[in-house]
Amino acid sequence: MARTLEGYWNDLRATKIWRSVFRSGDGPGNLHSSLAVQQNVFLHLASVKMRRKALAFSVTWYLGTLTLATFLILTGTGILLMLYYHPSVPQAYADMKDLQFVVSAGVFLRNLHRWSAHAMVFLVFAHMFKVFYRGAYRPPREFNWVIGVILLLVTLFLSYTGYLLPWDQLAFWAITVGSNIMSAVPVMGGKLRFLMLGGNTVNANALLRFYVLHCVILPLVAFLLVGVHFWRIRKDGGLYTGKVEKS
Amino acid sequence: MEQNEKTVQQQTSQEAPGEATRRETLVKIGLGSLAAAGCGAAVFGYQFLSPNVLYEPSPIVNLGKLGGFPADSVTSDPASGIYVVHAAEGLYALSATCTHLGCLTAWKPELGIIACPCHGSKFNRRGIKVDGPAPRPLNWLKLWINDDGDLLVDKSTTIPAEHFVRT
Repeated sequence: MARTLEGYWNDLRATKIWRSVFRSGDGPGNLHSSLAVQQNVFLHLASVKMRRKALAFSVTWYLGTLTLATFLILTGTGILLMLYYHPSVPQAYADMKDLQFVVSAGVFLRNLHRWSAHAMVFLVFAHMFKVFYRGAYRPPREFNWVIGVILLLVTLFLSYTGYLLPWDQLAFWAITVGSNIMSAVPVMGGKLRFLMLGGNTVNANALLRFYVLHCVILPLVAFLLVGVHFWRIRKDGGLYTGKVEKS
Repeated sequence: MEQNEKTVQQQTSQEAPGEATRRETLVKIGLGSLAAAGCGAAVFGYQFLSPNVLYEPSPIVNLGKLGGFPADSVTSDPASGIYVVHAAEGLYALSATCTHLGCLTAWKPELGIIACPCHGSKFNRRGIKVDGPAPRPLNWLKLWINDDGDLLVDKSTTIPAEHFVRT
């Protein structure tokens, strides 16, 4: 017992393999801490340093982080639900029922997906209200606000496309009503509805289109914009703490 | 070096004023091709997203023999979304699709009205709105009787109201 756990830990960190993954090295100075963040593909979106005050609960109520958490839960549970779901008529409804009553933990995953979706819409709005009423949308953060508005639309569209997938009565009529609202767009409304549904009625084409939008296109757009959104926080001078700043 | 610059300047000044340099011309050709490719991609994308063949039910529905529609009656066929009304003036067909946002309405025989479950629009048996948010009366559909005595309705063809088929 000559060696402590910390000794093994330090030996591990000194190995060639470890150093090939984490190049920053360690030491007491700011340099190594900065490098550790800068040289990590996941951490580099965030600032190397941030004000302690910006991490206080009262500043953000952590609403943005909570929104990200629901988005990650939705991605994880959504991928698992895809393993038992066929986007075809009428199989989709039977698959949804199977997830509810037959698949082990299916009801848990489906409900987690559903409740997280509701929570995400709520949290996105709460986050935007918090940003708005604190004035955090003002320059130099005005472009990040615009990205946030687009992310709100992506969230709502994700919610809407997911609505159809259970293929039950609620889904069918909700999308019928929603797509008829879309046809109120001047001049090209009817054409837009036709393109979105892939036909004149909510049918197999519409289910498949909504599935691809819900599972591939919109999540990719969301991931891309979330990346830009976080990167802009760093570029716009970190989280807004209410201080008067130079733009 | 100075000499060279002078010659270059002389060469450029030899070009007629307003004549584009090689670089400007190439940039224009490049941007022009990109614009053409962009327009092509937009047209291609639009055409790809518009299905050319639809596997939707035929809009022409055979509702069976004339005898199934007694005088002074409203017959509802939810599967096809059609009401056939046999009034004193004759037969006519109404679309059961609500003119508000496309929900399927239902005939309420006890109230003598057609009601939409989604947002509460109500219509009388002539399709005229009596309550709710619907902006228009229900559509009157083309109805005819074929040689076999079957009643047919074309859901894709609306006709002006108060056009009856006499029996």
